[in-house]
Amino acid sequence: MTPMFSHIPADQRPTLEIFVDGQSVRARRGDTVSAALLASGLDVRRDSAVSGVPRLPYCMMGVCFECLVTIDGVGNRQGCLIPVAPGMRVEIQRGKRELGK
Amino acid sequence: MSVLRSDNYDLVVVGAGPAGIAAAAAAAKAGATTLLLDENAGPGGQVWRGLTSTPLTNRDMLGKDFWDGQLELEKLRSSGAEVLQRATVWSIDPSLQVGISHGGASRIVQARRIVIATGAMERPFPIPGWTLPGVMTAGAAQTMLKSSGLVPSEPTVIAGQGPLLWLLAGQILRMGGRIDVMLDTTPKGAFAAALPKAFGFLTTPYFRKGLKMLREVRSKVRIIKHVTRIEAQGDGQLERVVWETAGGKRGEMASRLLLLHQGVVPNVNLAMSTGAAHDWDGLQLCWRPRLDDDGQTTVPGIYVAGDGAGIGGVGVALARGRVAARAALTSLGKSGQDADLSAARAELAKANRGREFLDLLYKPAEQFRIPEGDTIVCRCEEVRASDIRSAVDIGASGPNQLKAYLRTGMGPCQGRLCGLTVTELMAKARGTTPEQIGYYRLRAPVKPLTLSELADLPMEPEAVKAVVR
Ligand code: FES
Repeated sequence: MTPMFSHIPADQRPTLEIFVDGQSVRARRGDTVSAALLASGLDVRRDSAVSGVPRLPYCMMGVCFECLVTIDGVGNRQGCLIPVAPGMRVEIQRGKRELGK
Repeated sequence: MSVLRSDNYDLVVVGAGPAGIAAAAAAAKAGATTLLLDENAGPGGQVWRGLTSTPLTNRDMLGKDFWDGQLELEKLRSSGAEVLQRATVWSIDPSLQVGISHGGASRIVQARRIVIATGAMERPFPIPGWTLPGVMTAGAAQTMLKSSGLVPSEPTVIAGQGPLLWLLAGQILRMGGRIDVMLDTTPKGAFAAALPKAFGFLTTPYFRKGLKMLREVRSKVRIIKHVTRIEAQGDGQLERVVWETAGGKRGEMASRLLLLHQGVVPNVNLAMSTGAAHDWDGLQLCWRPRLDDDGQTTVPGIYVAGDGAGIGGVGVALARGRVAARAALTSLGKSGQDADLSAARAELAKANRGREFLDLLYKPAEQFRIPEGDTIVCRCEEVRASDIRSAVDIGASGPNQLKAYLRTGMGPCQGRLCGLTVTELMAKARGTTPEQIGYYRLRAPVKPLTLSELADLPMEPEAVKAVVR
């Protein structure tokens, strides 16, 4: 899918590699995980906790928690607050909330 | 967390936007041991987001106001204040202990004074379909633009009202991004209502800048005025935006992105969790902390500065930050603050000019604050307006009771995105005022902690008490 956002040509930051559900993605250094995901063109919608409907980041400033992702094995991290790092493993959270998680 | 130099500080400042930067710089320069904590990767808050890292190095792109932030940041850097980024403050208690989580570990530091400068967040904009992927806040788009140089490139609708909406539209267009339609929700008659307060506004620099912004956007975007209804539609993804105007005209557009904005409101979660009293602001339609002239809350030693104290913008935030820092230092017995304090107060009075005009002009319409039917109110727990009305019908009297019925406000965002809506909706349904209805009672931790972060805490009785209730 074409992403909803594109980088402006003036953005010449170096890229780095992260993995989204195992797939290699080039991200720009300095981007947050959520920004990198939204720019990737992949389907990065997570499932909501209650009814399992798809969601994407809403506020990008730490307020709404719609950006929750699993990063390097730790679940429910706010992707919009965390910068990408080389080799970072990001997993999209699918499936409804399971008890105890 | 060995990154901190100490366990004790004269002043701990939370939030590195304009107010926090100004407060920390002023305090540290005057010789107070000062710690500035911020949850983002770099300083700047929302207005100056990406100040040290933005890929938009062409200075015209973000304008002078943005780059002015560098001056304030310089002052901070040379002040000697300790700054910790990516640090989340999850508790502040009345004994002025601050719970911090950073890099997966937790720690508690003791402050002698605290300035909360957690700024503003966008007012909830609960329209049908606002949880669909592809619906975001205008502030989110601005964050993408400032810190990542990302602009909308697919069919895009921007909707709502307020200066930020126009500012953002202008910035996106200037950078080659795409906005097809602007749905202006400013109610008919708002301008006439605001006019008596226009004089103060006409004398501010915002007036000239505002006109320029309006012209720029109008020349490039289709603008629909007096929009009274907006709906986001699609199957698992935004596909189209549907609207209706006061004149009864309907319209729709196939789009991938809908950006919503109807002003900003103080982000009060942290301040409220300390037990500080808050009052309903009938003009700005939000809660604000009850403060004395110095910005001190009803909890001694805790100050609030910046948009978290009531929306005022950058100039007001800087001034409030400096006032709070000076006053805090004076109360700690550090002499020589008087001249600076009165200078900061004068700066504040000047910066406040013209605000009332904007507040009146951009007072958001009721139908966009208090949703009808099965529109979702609480995004985390997927609670709808109709659920809340039914709960009121069977006796729910306030937001805290509602939690027990519906789990509203109990998801990860802890009511940040539904709190205002719930208060206003219940007030309307019960035929009373927002003050009477009140707000969620907030407790630490105000941000979710992992078990390992909890396990790291030094197990002093106070520390345990701060977390386990
Ligand atoms: S997108 Fe809202 S908290 Fe991250």
